[in-house]
Amino acid sequence: MMSERAVNIISKRSTNIMNKRSTNNVFDAVIIVCLTLSVLACLIPFIHILAVSFSGTVPISSGKVTLFPLDFNVEAYKKVFSDAAMIRSLGFTIFLTVLFTVFCMMMTIAAGYALSKKDLKGRKFFMFIIVVTMFFSGGIIPEYILTRELHLLNTIWALILPGLISPFYMIILISFLAGIPDALKESAEIDGSSQFGTLLRIIVPLSMPVLATLSLFYAVGRWNGFQDTLMYITKPELYPLQLKLYQMIQNSQVSDLMRMEGNAISTVVPESLKAATVIFATVPILLVYPWLQKYFVSGVMTGAVKG
Amino acid sequence: MGYARYFRRNWQMYALLVLPITFFIVFKYGPMYGVQIAFKDFNFFRGIGGSEWIGLDGFREVFANHDFYLTLRNTLMLNFLDLIVSFPAPLILAIMLFELKVVWFKKLSQTILYIPHFISWVIIGGIVYQLFGTQSGMVNNLLMSLGFDSVPFLSDKNYWLITYLLTGVWQSAGWGTILYLAALTGINKELFEAAEVDGAGRLKRILHITIPGIKPTIVTLLIINLGNMISIGFERPFVIGNLAVREYSDVLSTFVYRIGLESGQYTLATVVGLFQAVVGLIFLLAANYISKKLTDESIL
Repeated sequence: MMSERAVNIISKRSTNIMNKRSTNNVFDAVIIVCLTLSVLACLIPFIHILAVSFSGTVPISSGKVTLFPLDFNVEAYKKVFSDAAMIRSLGFTIFLTVLFTVFCMMMTIAAGYALSKKDLKGRKFFMFIIVVTMFFSGGIIPEYILTRELHLLNTIWALILPGLISPFYMIILISFLAGIPDALKESAEIDGSSQFGTLLRIIVPLSMPVLATLSLFYAVGRWNGFQDTLMYITKPELYPLQLKLYQMIQNSQVSDLMRMEGNAISTVVPESLKAATVIFATVPILLVYPWLQKYFVSGVMTGAVKG
Repeated sequence: MGYARYFRRNWQMYALLVLPITFFIVFKYGPMYGVQIAFKDFNFFRGIGGSEWIGLDGFREVFANHDFYLTLRNTLMLNFLDLIVSFPAPLILAIMLFELKVVWFKKLSQTILYIPHFISWVIIGGIVYQLFGTQSGMVNNLLMSLGFDSVPFLSDKNYWLITYLLTGVWQSAGWGTILYLAALTGINKELFEAAEVDGAGRLKRILHITIPGIKPTIVTLLIINLGNMISIGFERPFVIGNLAVREYSDVLSTFVYRIGLESGQYTLATVVGLFQAVVGLIFLLAANYISKKLTDESIL
């Protein structure tokens, strides 16, 4: 038979554990609620834009559309997709992004591989030349003048050449490559592989995660890049998506301000069309993102921990 | 090993470096050579070399310009407020993600929280105007349907400041967790177990183990942020700003763009850019010095 004392102790202990469990549960619940709110805060703007893009003019202008489309229709998307300039801009932006990413990766891999060889003579000097540019730059006006003097204005090259290597990404790559055992490279070279051959057959396949990460960063940077397009491109045929989108939003923003001051304006871009264009420019990024996400988290972390 | 033999064995490495180094010399050092136009009366017909020297006249003109001080103040003000508002957000998010034990929910949250980082400022600008517009924005529609007055989120400078700061948090908080999460995985697990045995609650563990464990990361990031006080991106204030709030939204980067590329005052714009670069470098070196003193860790 259990003594009264023992029962007391056991019940006391179990209420203790129960208490701890319940505070733990409360704690978990608070965290889950806070994170859910943060996640919703990330998503709601997109959901609203999506809803507006599929809604009719009347519910939009009377301010009834929040998170679900009203008077569901796809007119705005029909307009976006039948706008030849918009489709051309999309095609150009995809071409530009792919070309930019391929060139950047070739240059970054070339530099990163050579500079990851710790005993390369002159390595310190080359690193110094590169690292200095991370901390001091000529500024956008000398950059603009250079681009103009090289006759790159209004060419695709103005959007590619000035950004070929990001020193920061190159350093992430170098710190990853430094983790590949030297024995692997040496054994390849003993087998008669040239340094180029080692790079292509051993280094590149082993570095796929970090290469995927950096490709994503370059590609997203180019896709989203806006300032240089504003500075270097004035020909409408060469407008990338961001510049086109900016001008559209800008026009309607001006009209919004003018409406506030009481001036009616006749050429208002419909809200649904604006929303559809925003979705149109965002979707390509969201399509690539999940495929590469698993790489970039680990890629950034190795870079961050080592670098 | 003689140099000739060394080079014969390693020429491929140097061959790989030819194009990258050429790139840095042309596109990074080229503009640095061009900085001399800050001291010249630049025009395109004479070119950089042929333009006339004017000494410090450009600097005198900039330092007498009212807009220069306004944009300098705004740059410091926006960066400082950003630091206060945006700096703690990723830290709190990262600790919550770290404490969360439900794996699928953690992964899902991370995936979604990173997304805003990959959205361009132009698109964010478009979204901000659709959400916060005075006439047709969703937030004001909701406020008005609840019987409140509409709030000029984008056309009153003080409200605009709030919009600007919250947009920054929205865009950067999720992505900012990555560095903290990397640091958090480095904390010794035994410390948590020992604390649990000693009866420390979870809040106590966070305060006494988690936060001290990532203190070096926090301090380093804080110092980097302080070092970058005077540099400000162009796209965010340019896209979210507008004429009605220019008194706050005009910053050094948009000022350089406006006087340089829109009005063609290349010399003055270069002066402002050079001022920003030099002061920025001094800030950064100072930050590095302080970081070394405080944490024994150099950020450069």
